[in-house]
Amino acid sequence: MSTLEFRVAIRDALAEEMERDESVVFFGEDVAAAGGVFRATPGLDERFGEARVFDTPISELALAGAAYGAAVTGLRPVFEIMFGDFMALPMDSLVNQAAKFWYVSNEQGSVPLVVRSAVGGGGRFGAIHSQIHGSWFQGVPGLKIAFPSSPAEAKGLLKGAIRDDNPVVFMEHKRLYSVKGPAPRDGEVIELGRANVARGGSDLTIVSAGKGVRDALAAAQTLAGEGIEAEVVDLRTLRPLDTDTVLESVAKTNRILAVEEGPRTGGWAAGLLGVVAQEGLHDLDDAWIVATDETPVPYSPTLEDAFIPDADMVARAVRERLGTVAGVH
Amino acid sequence: MKGRSTYVADVQTATEAPPLAAFLQAYGRMLLIRRFEEEMQGLFLKGEVHGTTHLSSGQEAIPVGVCLALRPDDYAAGTYRGHGHALAKGTDPDALAAEMLGRATGVCGGRSGSMNVVDLEHGLVGCYGIVGGSIAAATGAALSARRQGRVAVAFFGDGATNQAYFHECLNLAAIMALPVVFVCENNWYGEFTPLAKSTAGADIAARARPFGIPAHVVDGNDLWAVHAAAREAVDRARTGGGPTLLECQTYRHFGHSKSDPATYRPSGELERWKEHDPLLVARQRLRELGVSEEDVVAVEEATNARMDRAVEAALAAPYPDPASAPATEFRT
Repeated sequence: MSTLEFRVAIRDALAEEMERDESVVFFGEDVAAAGGVFRATPGLDERFGEARVFDTPISELALAGAAYGAAVTGLRPVFEIMFGDFMALPMDSLVNQAAKFWYVSNEQGSVPLVVRSAVGGGGRFGAIHSQIHGSWFQGVPGLKIAFPSSPAEAKGLLKGAIRDDNPVVFMEHKRLYSVKGPAPRDGEVIELGRANVARGGSDLTIVSAGKGVRDALAAAQTLAGEGIEAEVVDLRTLRPLDTDTVLESVAKTNRILAVEEGPRTGGWAAGLLGVVAQEGLHDLDDAWIVATDETPVPYSPTLEDAFIPDADMVARAVRERLGTVAGVH
Repeated sequence: MKGRSTYVADVQTATEAPPLAAFLQAYGRMLLIRRFEEEMQGLFLKGEVHGTTHLSSGQEAIPVGVCLALRPDDYAAGTYRGHGHALAKGTDPDALAAEMLGRATGVCGGRSGSMNVVDLEHGLVGCYGIVGGSIAAATGAALSARRQGRVAVAFFGDGATNQAYFHECLNLAAIMALPVVFVCENNWYGEFTPLAKSTAGADIAARARPFGIPAHVVDGNDLWAVHAAAREAVDRARTGGGPTLLECQTYRHFGHSKSDPATYRPSGELERWKEHDPLLVARQRLRELGVSEEDVVAVEEATNARMDRAVEAALAAPYPDPASAPATEFRT
């Protein structure tokens, strides 16, 4: 089986969709000539020409507004807001223009745009280059939010996002760009809104998205050696939130751990467990969240490593909660 | 480079000057907007128009003059003071009146209300409740428009020129030479605050020049002046010349919104502007150009009757039924 690097998956998804549909355009800060600061998009400008792939000023609000205006008039824009933290700037256009158009226009038209950003901590980038903005947008009807966990997922979900007729916030975890994994089948497109059971298990459900799924899978591997079989659910999208798949899993395992890189207050994990409590209380023996502290992301390596959930933290949390220590179930 | 020649329409033709009959029709459209705003004010006081409204009475020559220079399939983006933008772009007055009343027959089925009207069939990509939103919408529409041989117009107020939308989008449009016309309706007040107290330099046209964007100060109450400036800007945009800013100076007859009696305006200011009412200016010009009194009156009577029918139809229209009008979050 051939392998694929996460950043190449992003580029391949863009290239394949641009090849397939000439209404797809791609723009952002340093995405064309420089190929993106995370080297996810080199060569697209030469391949598709400057009318379809272009560098822009550092004007996040204008980019989002321009993408919206282009999307309601026939184009399918994909644009990059370099770091997720910068998504505070274009919020008006995304929240008040793009997200509401389909409904407020009485379904005259929709807004097929995708906004890609690098997100997440672990890179020593400090408080304002390390956030994950999904929960800022999760309460906005009309927006979809995708957060891929692997190269194959990234390629399939980005293709799905570009083909989706609705505005999509697409988050790429920085710690995943260099990850290599199995390539997907040729032409595979993942439709947005369906979670994926990434690993089967019977003792508890660990649910996460993005890099958290990779951590959960690594933790599950470790825990399996200790006699604990964790099922891992990859949400894939935070909106729509596929609570059915999570509830099905909980019906089997009776325990759920949600792993979120971000504060517990106002996070997606808290909302998800609220739904699980409301709809699946009869199946539930335990439900808890591993999240970050309620502070900004710290800079110093010792502080940041203690702050960001990782595989060890997830495994430890499971052992503690299930009342086990390594090797003793 | 591959792409540019394929994806940018090659348009060279300038538009013909419209005949006098078109200006007579445009006068009728201006009057329709004025009558529409009067009706909405009355219906608001009767509780039929909900929430708030922002009336554009006094500013009618700007959207009508600009849209007279557009083709039907060109794009426009309006503001929360947008009834005139929609009517000038071609929105059916029945559908717009019904929207104001929250009725099922509204142009947006009663979902948008006064501030957020969309009418894609007539190229109105939206009206925006956030100051400056129209500037980005039109800039983005221009990305599509340059492939399609079309032009996009942003209508916005003087207050919007202090928003990031204005500065970021003028820069982007200039860098990319996008086919967009930025039409500032300078009515001298951003909500309740006078231009000079909120806007450094108090010179909107001057703000375009550092971007290399040509800018013109236009008598926004003169249909002919607005149209002439818009025609030049639209032709320039359509033939690859890039954006233009038109600062159209005007005055709103009412306060900012329904809750504003506009007591902050110096006494006599409104009266002076009303002497230069765009409807009076246009009517007088039509007569000077040889249109008979009978022909002007015929248009006025037809317009009044049209508006009466629109209000009657809107009042008779059903409200949307929450049970039978299921909303979908996403297009599938």
